[in-house]
Amino acid sequence: MNIDLSHGSGGKQTSNLIHDIFLKNFDNEILNKLEDAAVLDISGRIAYTTDSFVVTPMFFPGGDIGKLAVCGTVNDLSMMGARPKYLTAGFIIEAAADMEQLNQIAQTMKITALEADVKIVAGDTKVVEGSGNIYINTSGVGDILKEGVSIQNCSIGDAILLSGNLGEHHAAIMSDRMGIKNTISSDCAPLFSIVSDLLEKGIDVHCMRDVTRGGLATVLNEVSESSNCRVEISETSIPVSREVRGFCDILGLDPLYMANEGKMIAVVPGEQAEKALAAMKQNKYGKNAEIIGKITEGSGVFMTTALRGSRIIDILYGEGLPRIC
Amino acid sequence: MITLEQIVRELKSYDGDEIKIMEVCGTHTSSIFKNGIRTLISPKIRLISGPGCPVCVTPSAYVDKLVDIAGQEGYCVLTFGDMMKVKGSQMSLTEAVAKGADVKVLYSPLDAVKLALENKNIQYVFAAVGFETTTPIYGVLLEDVIKNEIHNLKLLTSLKTIVPAVSYVCEHEEKIGAFLSPGHVSVVIGCDIYRDLAEKYKKPFVVAGFEGKHILAAIYEILRQIKQNRHDMKNMYVGAVTEKGNLEAQLMIQKYFEVKDDFWRGIGTIEKSAYGLKAEYARYDAGSCFGEFKESLPKGCKCKEVILGRINPMECPLFSKGCTPLNALGPCMVSAEGVCGIWYKNVTGHL
Repeated sequence: MNIDLSHGSGGKQTSNLIHDIFLKNFDNEILNKLEDAAVLDISGRIAYTTDSFVVTPMFFPGGDIGKLAVCGTVNDLSMMGARPKYLTAGFIIEAAADMEQLNQIAQTMKITALEADVKIVAGDTKVVEGSGNIYINTSGVGDILKEGVSIQNCSIGDAILLSGNLGEHHAAIMSDRMGIKNTISSDCAPLFSIVSDLLEKGIDVHCMRDVTRGGLATVLNEVSESSNCRVEISETSIPVSREVRGFCDILGLDPLYMANEGKMIAVVPGEQAEKALAAMKQNKYGKNAEIIGKITEGSGVFMTTALRGSRIIDILYGEGLPRIC
Repeated sequence: MITLEQIVRELKSYDGDEIKIMEVCGTHTSSIFKNGIRTLISPKIRLISGPGCPVCVTPSAYVDKLVDIAGQEGYCVLTFGDMMKVKGSQMSLTEAVAKGADVKVLYSPLDAVKLALENKNIQYVFAAVGFETTTPIYGVLLEDVIKNEIHNLKLLTSLKTIVPAVSYVCEHEEKIGAFLSPGHVSVVIGCDIYRDLAEKYKKPFVVAGFEGKHILAAIYEILRQIKQNRHDMKNMYVGAVTEKGNLEAQLMIQKYFEVKDDFWRGIGTIEKSAYGLKAEYARYDAGSCFGEFKESLPKGCKCKEVILGRINPMECPLFSKGCTPLNALGPCMVSAEGVCGIWYKNVTGHL
């Protein structure tokens, strides 16, 4: 069955849509009350963020737009040293969208929210004219577990850790769009468990960032600029799977600039680098983690190449790949 | 057998006369930066980037024509992403889209056939830009178009051939001492052709692969030839490049295309430097133009000097001052393979 404009009328069909899909999947005592706003118990300092998701295709190897929508906001909260607690979800649905697909998306949101231990406590649905695409906005709040985690907080001597292989989300989406068959799947994952592992091990994390659009190169440039420091990384320590490497070679892509949806960097004091790496590697989303570089005095991002030459790593110019998340 | 360490040591310690080596191909330029090759060799070995980016040498009149077609009712222009940002005399295709023009970015020319079959009421025009590497694919596309009796898909061609441009550089730029011959183009055209160039212009021509170590080995070969006062063609990309090239691809070019004089943005008209559709396939041509164009580069733009290797991009007065990848004034700044674009991304950290 397809969704039509009447599902956005606010009347009976809208009510059916909300009950049959959203309440059924997101089921929790706060949402179920169907009040105009969720009433939440929160004390202390919170992190609060929002993100919108417009990816094409909506379903891809390793996930779908629903998984992205939960992970994206959960990860943004986690990177501030916060424990994600509550999400809201707004759906903009183009007429002709398939009801079963919408249900599948809601199901993956439910499963991902369960894993990330967050509740979806408020929502909204609009139906617009169009050709069946679905767009999702999520916002979220989380309790701050560690104060002062900030992109401005990196200091000389800090080590930079990367939680795993680069480029998998980007390559999976691109393969699908180009009709290329391979076994690459998106790395889309909620990263809070890595953050809590690091904090539980007593790591004094200075800065965390999820490595999304613009890739590692862009994130490291943000670190350099915001913390007024130089970032030095080594090409041989940057993990990229053999299959993604091959994919990049054929298409002339650079994994440093490719988007990820389940990777993060953590900047930690140099003397805690090995301990932090061990903690990351024990987490299922950090198995391929590596110490990729360090913070030094100066400015810019530099990479020692495999041939031991030196290369400047600049930010991404232009649009890269459109509608990837 | 010489090791990579020995090669790097030799290249780093070179202290003879300055040697200028032109890499013709944009992918080589990019790899030189990615691998930090310049930091591994003596400053007396200068690597100069040549005219090997098809988007950069496409005349602005060609972009104007695309913009014009895309704005017409019932027409849709199909293109690779790189062409979107190239400015014509008025605007780029990206700007045309913002004004309501119909343009679609494709990854493969063969997707065009599917579109044309599905939307018979739309007239599609494919922006066929490229060198010998992509020209055979347009041949395959035409074959599909003819086989499926498609009447709503035509090509607007700006297809260049690299050897006349290299000859042009040889004749006008004596200071270039040797050439790193292109890799991908050579897969199609073979390496025999550089033997004649090496003989005629008395310069080494070395065909190289794209990995950092391949490029270092090729530079080492050039250095050795120059020290021994030799000027040979040497194919060091033997896995992919053969003497005669890919004959099937060449046949595909010969079947549909013929050689014409054409205009290169920033350089001027070069004889026999382009492929246009043969007369018998003219019905598949959307009005391609060849020969002389009135070309006005933006004031101060030194694209010509850059493409011919007379200056490096940073010596252009506009480079990073007004001309950046986000606001490209000259064509070399636009494309991911353009010399200025590659330099901007890789060296501006120093500015």
